[in-house]
Amino acid sequence: MNPAFSVIFLTTLIGVGQGLFLALYTARVLVFVGAIALPDSRSFFVLGSAISLFFLASGLTASFFHLGHPERAWRAVMKWRTSWLSREVIVLPVFMLTVFLYGLMCYLGWQSGSNRIAQGVVETIGALAAVLCIVLFICTGMVYASIRFLQEWASPLTLINYFLLGSMSGYTLAAGFSAFLAPHLMRMYACIAFSLIVISFMTRVASLYRNARIRPCSTVQTATGIYHPKVVQKAQGSMGGSFNTRHYFHGKTRQVIRSVKWIFPVLVFVLPALLLAGSLSDIAHPFLLIVTFVIQYVGLLAERWFFFAQANHPQNLYYQQVS
Amino acid sequence: MTQLALVIDLNVCVGCHACVTSCKSWNTSGSAGPLADANPYGADPSGTFFNRVQTYEVGQFPDTETVHFPKSCLHCEDPPCVPVCPTGASYKRESDGVVLVDYDKCIGCNYCSWACPYGARELDEHRKEMSKCTLCVDRIDNEALPKDDRKPACVMACPTQARLFGDIHDPASEVSVAIREQGGYQLMPEWGTRPSNHYLPRRKMVIQLQDDQAGRVDNPLKVDGKLLKPRIDEPALDDVTSW
Ligand code: SF4
Ligand code: SF4
Repeated sequence: MNPAFSVIFLTTLIGVGQGLFLALYTARVLVFVGAIALPDSRSFFVLGSAISLFFLASGLTASFFHLGHPERAWRAVMKWRTSWLSREVIVLPVFMLTVFLYGLMCYLGWQSGSNRIAQGVVETIGALAAVLCIVLFICTGMVYASIRFLQEWASPLTLINYFLLGSMSGYTLAAGFSAFLAPHLMRMYACIAFSLIVISFMTRVASLYRNARIRPCSTVQTATGIYHPKVVQKAQGSMGGSFNTRHYFHGKTRQVIRSVKWIFPVLVFVLPALLLAGSLSDIAHPFLLIVTFVIQYVGLLAERWFFFAQANHPQNLYYQQVS
Repeated sequence: MTQLALVIDLNVCVGCHACVTSCKSWNTSGSAGPLADANPYGADPSGTFFNRVQTYEVGQFPDTETVHFPKSCLHCEDPPCVPVCPTGASYKRESDGVVLVDYDKCIGCNYCSWACPYGARELDEHRKEMSKCTLCVDRIDNEALPKDDRKPACVMACPTQARLFGDIHDPASEVSVAIREQGGYQLMPEWGTRPSNHYLPRRKMVIQLQDDQAGRVDNPLKVDGKLLKPRIDEPALDDVTSW
């Protein structure tokens, strides 16, 4: 596939937004069970929700650049019964709405006030948002994992990686953000982020390992029905390429692909893990965590680019030779 | 149930691209809007086509065969491109199994083309809508056309009649007979998409000619004995010879 930047930004940005919300909600649950003290809820939860919302909205905006007819985008809610893309399109704005409501209620002080009903409402909205957050991860992952022709994606690992990588980036951001607003939560977030880095490193490497060993189901023989060991395309029926060549071939050299394959794990996993470990020492500046997040996000852009570039569509068998 | 489809005879196709040009000319002039033609006379032409004729070389030089291979949407019986469409723009017509795109609903998200293993869908560069072969529904449904013309433009244009059109669910139709009797097959059967369009394979074309056949023993003119009998290696015309 030829990676589209609109989709790269969409999936990475909403991943951060979702992860950050999960991080906020973790704090909420821990407060609830009495494991930690309630952070200053106004600034922490309100700002946290606002930042999460900012990332989600940026992702949503990026997605519009993918569409040929963004003005008709509302139509995409129609086929939720069969299409994961449709489901994603529905869940994303609903999730954003719940995050907005959650932030708003925290801003109004419902969370820490004495009104039990108001508190119940906040808890319900928060729980609903957390559920929607997970559902959104599933929808996004399934958009890719459900296309069985793209064998690199048609695996549970796709789903797992979308979930883990998104959460990881969100918790990294939460660590940086809490260093300024709720320092007593910083260590916890950094530790969770660190564990997520370790786990998602393993699952992402597992998918790289799997993809390196894929045997394509289709060959030029099955594509043409000519079962001769040597079938070579001489002309694809276009003299200067077509949608099929533009959309499905990244046109980059092997060296570029191979270097991205080595660069992204360093940026996403190795450097952030080292920086997070370093930031746990007392002398570290909280700003270091923000830098960690930025490095990791850039790495995720490369990771997503590679995710798309690596997928090999069977239609490519029909588009080997422009002449 | 009807399932309209094309059957393409690879034994007959000569790769002249007449189906490509007639398809483009009919479908770019239709009510659905033009098909893009970017830079048609430049160095890097690019445009939307519903049908493309590809060429494959089979075998090792000098023992090669050239196969011309027309490819368009195969109107799968189990089309994977349809359920993934978030808007419902892509659909399979109940009445005759033609897979269509409602251009006015399409948001141009490309998702359906990801779900087509055959690369049969092309997003039109200018209209930004997904486009694909319609089996010329605007011809086959068109009561204003003479009955014989209610066929896809490519079928009408093919000079070698390599393209048959009909209902593959009717066992007596021309296409069903051709599939049955000439080894018709589907592309990429491994995905279970059950394409409706079928291809007829290359066949060995060897003519066995015996001496007595060349000598036309059953030629009635010979019985008359009125005309001279030329030698077997001389040119002969049925009207003037009797051998
Ligand atoms: S050939 Fe492709 S576009 Fe046509 S029906 Fe089958 S999957 Fe859909
Ligand atoms: S490009 Fe159009 S037809 Fe294809 S899935 Fe998107 S909305 Fe449906």
